Amino acid sequence: MAVAFDEMNGPGGDIRPAYRELSRWLRETPPEALEYRRQEAELLFRRIGITFAVYGDAEAQERLIPFDVIPRIISAREWAVLEKGLKQRVRALNMFLRDIYHGRDILRANIIPDDLIFQNPVFRPEMNGQDVPHDVYVHIAGIDIVRIDPEEFFVLEDNARTPSGVSYMLENREIMMRLFPDLFARHRVAPVEKYPDELLSALRSVAPASASSEPTVALMTPGVYNSAYYEHSFLADKLGIELVEGRDLIVKNDEVFMRTTEGLKRVDVIYRRVDDDFLDPLTFRPDSALGVPGLMSAYAAGNVTLANAVGTGIADDKAVYSYMPEIVKFYLGETPILKNVPTWRCREPKDLAYVLDNLGELVVKEVHGSGGYGMLIGPAATKATIEAFRDKLKREPEGFIAQPTLALSTCPTCTAQGLAPRHVDLRPFVLTGSNHVTIVPGGLTRVALKEGSLVVNSSQGGGTKDTWILDE
Amino acid sequence: MLSRTAENLYWLARYVERAEYLARTIEATLRVTALPNTYIGKTNEWDSALLTAGVSASFYEIYGEADEHNVVEYLSFSPANPSSIRNCIENARLNSRSVRTALTSEMWDNINSAWIDLQEVWGKGTKTREELAKFLRFVQETSLRFDGSAYRTMLRNDAYWFSRLGLHLERADNTARILDVKYHLLLPEEEHVGGPLDYYQWTSILRSVSALTAYHWVYRETLKPWLIADLLILNDSLPRSLASCYGNLVRNLDQIGVAYGRQGAAQRHARGVRNRLEHSHMDDIFQRGVHEFIQEFILDNGQLGEIITKQYLI
Repeated sequence: MAVAFDEMNGPGGDIRPAYRELSRWLRETPPEALEYRRQEAELLFRRIGITFAVYGDAEAQERLIPFDVIPRIISAREWAVLEKGLKQRVRALNMFLRDIYHGRDILRANIIPDDLIFQNPVFRPEMNGQDVPHDVYVHIAGIDIVRIDPEEFFVLEDNARTPSGVSYMLENREIMMRLFPDLFARHRVAPVEKYPDELLSALRSVAPASASSEPTVALMTPGVYNSAYYEHSFLADKLGIELVEGRDLIVKNDEVFMRTTEGLKRVDVIYRRVDDDFLDPLTFRPDSALGVPGLMSAYAAGNVTLANAVGTGIADDKAVYSYMPEIVKFYLGETPILKNVPTWRCREPKDLAYVLDNLGELVVKEVHGSGGYGMLIGPAATKATIEAFRDKLKREPEGFIAQPTLALSTCPTCTAQGLAPRHVDLRPFVLTGSNHVTIVPGGLTRVALKEGSLVVNSSQGGGTKDTWILDE
Repeated sequence: MLSRTAENLYWLARYVERAEYLARTIEATLRVTALPNTYIGKTNEWDSALLTAGVSASFYEIYGEADEHNVVEYLSFSPANPSSIRNCIENARLNSRSVRTALTSEMWDNINSAWIDLQEVWGKGTKTREELAKFLRFVQETSLRFDGSAYRTMLRNDAYWFSRLGLHLERADNTARILDVKYHLLLPEEEHVGGPLDYYQWTSILRSVSALTAYHWVYRETLKPWLIADLLILNDSLPRSLASCYGNLVRNLDQIGVAYGRQGAAQRHARGVRNRLEHSHMDDIFQRGVHEFIQEFILDNGQLGEIITKQYLI
């Protein structure tokens, strides 16, 4: 694997312009001072209760995501490209979903094989022919971006279901501003604090036609035991909307109501952080206690908007992902601004053969996997693991895709041995309302804290950084 | 507001208040049992601590003897006791997490910090009486801080009123329970059989509702059992008296009623209980039987909880 591109110390070893001031500051600041701030940050996080739960880990039911105090910096010029590319991509995702659940032009044009859609468990036949307000399916998208050189951004994954992490984007900034006012004074960092407002107005803009002029929006959570519960309550608070659980909602005459101390109150838009499967026990999993019986029929009647829409999983499936460049071209007639990481579809015999021959060099992912689970990182895996994976792959090739092991870019990060480069990715959050797509300048930078590790997922030892988009 | 949010706020306040009351009870019992037998007689104070906490039956399912070690363990740390201090704090934190959006950051910070600090105590327990005393103080201070932060930082809307309902209902219940267990010590002079031994019992009762100093301010007298009963039942200037709790319950229910434009069974029931307290005199209560009076009150108070739940929380 090539030496990774470091975002501060560029390829030639020169400090890249966006990092000049930070690099100077790092030289001036003694390591003890950084360590002290790091501890202070951790204390703040714990006091605020910004925790996440790791399933199956009884010891650490509520854990902190490690926070690295060194910001990750992106220049205004770089951001301009990213922003354009992200908007383009999310527009295409929404058009793709509209098409898949209506006319299916893209299948008839033979751009995507039928069975990849119809055999796919995340395809929702319930959504066939169902209109959603303003044709918006993915109101909130989290697009995972990586870079391997100074020139280009690659999309690693589209998260079109219930992407999480935005609370870290907001809280990381708050804490950094508290801890390093001086560093902020020396930079012009674009603010991210408008996100809750933008989100609320996007959600209100897609209210169903039957809603009043002041639509009621609620955030639906699976409950306190969910790993992202902190984020759910944080967002509900920032948006000033009710945080509801399934049991707070009731459907009557195809309308959704919440139970309040003053009786039932109609809900028009539900920002749901509950997976499709658990939304409505009458339609999906009958054993779901998290959902609301009848919710899907209210949805079908057009009396409530779900954000994101049901069935968006088909757009962030990793096999469908491999067709994204074609999808962008097909719907927008434009060249994709953001590249896809080259992807082998194991469902295709030729690709499978190549993957099986090169398992030691590739990253193999489950098409429906998330959180970094069920993934093989060839160069880091033992022989036995590779062989076990080979069997899995042969048994169910359509369940996997493979990609080259990318030398993800690195950023300086505090470690026990002092500052050292660590691999990072970036998840910006793209909002789509009735007639606009917006992105707050920033995102969640995840960092693989272990030396050499490429896994940035918080469930597997990843941490986060504040992400600075410079304003000039 | 969401019914579930109101319910969580209501129970959150109850749990915190209960934790404080348990801590006071244990503290008062430790104090009285430290006295030589000649001052206190042969009663088992740990047994009555269990009774006032309302967990006597479940205790004896697990333990054989109500001694200091067992009772402190059961009331403070036992995960098996649904109303142990530990479970109260755990539940309070869980409720807080569920309604974070309805809490001010000060309230959340208070409960969350206490919860974090107490994890260590749950793990190690308290090895010495000094450690136990420190723990009991900490629990009381947590409740004071929580109550204070609610009072000073919450908007005066239904969220506040529901949390106050939980607080006062729980408080009334606690005061009534201690009266229920100790009523025989509080009978008027002519019926009284105890003698000087009871003096330390009286101070213990007053301590567990933090009213020892208040007693002297109000009556400017040495401890008289019937005055203690008067203070705890009818004196509405004592925050933990039944009368004061009901004054507050009626006020908060009224505010909810006004805000929602509707009165209901809860308002009527609370007013009924308050009126009875307002128009009672200690003489009459003694005449009709203080024990009966208290038992009736406990039933009424429990009923108010049920009515509030039905009217607003489900």
